[in-house]
Amino acid sequence: MIAFHEVSKRYNSLAALADISFEIETGEFVFLLGPSGAGKSTLLKLIIREEMPSAGRVFFDGLEINKIPTRQVPDLRRRVGTIFQDFKLLPQRTVFENVAFPLEIIGLDDDEIEKSTRETLSLVNLDQRASNFPYQLSGGEAQRTAIARAMVMRPEVILADEPTGNLDPASAWEVMKLLDRLNSLGTTVVMASHNMDITSSLPHRNLEIAEGRIVNDTKQKKTKASERKEKIVK
Amino acid sequence: MRNLQRLVKIAITRISRNPYHALAAFLVMFLTFFVVGAFILASIGSNTLLSYFESRPAVTAFLKDGTSIEKVKGIQDDLTTSRIVSKTRYVSKEEALKIYKERNKDEPLLTEFVTADVLPASIEVSTYKLEDLSKAASILKKDSAVEEVVFQKNIVETLTNWTRALRNIGGAVVLFLLATAFLTTLIVVGLNISLHKDEIEIMRLVGATSWYIRIPFILEGIFYGAFSALVATAFLWGIFTWISPNLQRIFSGVPILPTGQSVFLYLLLFELVAGTLIGVIGSSFATRKYLTV
Repeated sequence: MIAFHEVSKRYNSLAALADISFEIETGEFVFLLGPSGAGKSTLLKLIIREEMPSAGRVFFDGLEINKIPTRQVPDLRRRVGTIFQDFKLLPQRTVFENVAFPLEIIGLDDDEIEKSTRETLSLVNLDQRASNFPYQLSGGEAQRTAIARAMVMRPEVILADEPTGNLDPASAWEVMKLLDRLNSLGTTVVMASHNMDITSSLPHRNLEIAEGRIVNDTKQKKTKASERKEKIVK
Repeated sequence: MRNLQRLVKIAITRISRNPYHALAAFLVMFLTFFVVGAFILASIGSNTLLSYFESRPAVTAFLKDGTSIEKVKGIQDDLTTSRIVSKTRYVSKEEALKIYKERNKDEPLLTEFVTADVLPASIEVSTYKLEDLSKAASILKKDSAVEEVVFQKNIVETLTNWTRALRNIGGAVVLFLLATAFLTTLIVVGLNISLHKDEIEIMRLVGATSWYIRIPFILEGIFYGAFSALVATAFLWGIFTWISPNLQRIFSGVPILPTGQSVFLYLLLFELVAGTLIGVIGSSFATRKYLTV
């Protein structure tokens, strides 16, 4: 689904990512781990072409992202839902309107928008908050609204950049359960985090980055371990 | 169509949320279109006035009492053969009296004791070109039956000069104001782009196309331009409709201002097109300069 081939990203003389290669399969749940400034956010931005790589190639569903024409970038972004630490909700719009926003952009009619938005709000348990404005929500509710907005387009992938960073532990777990549920429904989830409590207690793949390089990938270890196991069995 | 409705709604919401920006843009553009419209009307008015004077008999030769009809015909023939004269008309003493009475019908004291004998007969002469007025006047002055020659050379020349000056000064002022209106649109739309930075970022992230993001700002520019043009033309129509009858009375029938409804319809059309164009160009420049999508 997502592949990085020898990708580097430099900001002037500063290397945010250095010669990174990895693949993420459809339906996987991957934690991007690492301290602040390790390059996690840059990596996510490369997937939605918010940034372009300085070297290397980034693929999404077989498409080389840095080579698609600019006019096709919105199509790519409609296939990838994004969630942020600071929620990025529109303050003058209600919860319902925030969630309905991506559907308006693609030109769905009002009935379809109403139906899809209500369904999605119900999925994140925000039916009762539909007419509230973002400032009337708790952190957890605001993040669930952001998740609903990312989900409403039924994306193939959800990218979450520190989605629990601003939340108390109870709300953080609520958000994690929600992302886990989405993943179990078939959505690929890539989540950047440095909350070790959460990431270590869930059995998902960990991709650890430090100083712009991958220093640990639990999938490779698992694969190598299973290869060894297969050899022994043979 | 559905998307256009949504984009119009976004534009209206943004305008209503920044009323001072909208008011600043409206006032500057209103002033521009008001002055542009006033200059256009003044220009049409001066042209009408010029045509009016040009179409009037430009040289009048007052004849000595007792000049015979044959003599008058002889003078008219001389003028016609000169090829510079387009029209001649003999006004007898009786006709002069009729004209005098008509012009002073509201002042009975002025007409009561006046008879045809007091008024001179005259020949009114029009020339094809303004510069031939002096020639026609010289031909008439040479004739012994002519008492006095009066011609409107100065009026028409002065009016022509004024019209030319009005066009030049008006053109410069209009260009200056149009440039100001363009820059105001650019600045106001640019400010609104900065104010909606977060919203634009979210729109981009959820997959809005570049045009979906740009169009509400361009619609905002169109609204400022078209609405100000509409209000400015309505103001001009009101003012001109109000002052025109008074001016017409003062200038006793001389068409000093254009008040025909069709003139205002064309003016409205022109100002709406100009306003929309300034709005589109100003806001397009703003989105190109300040919006990265």
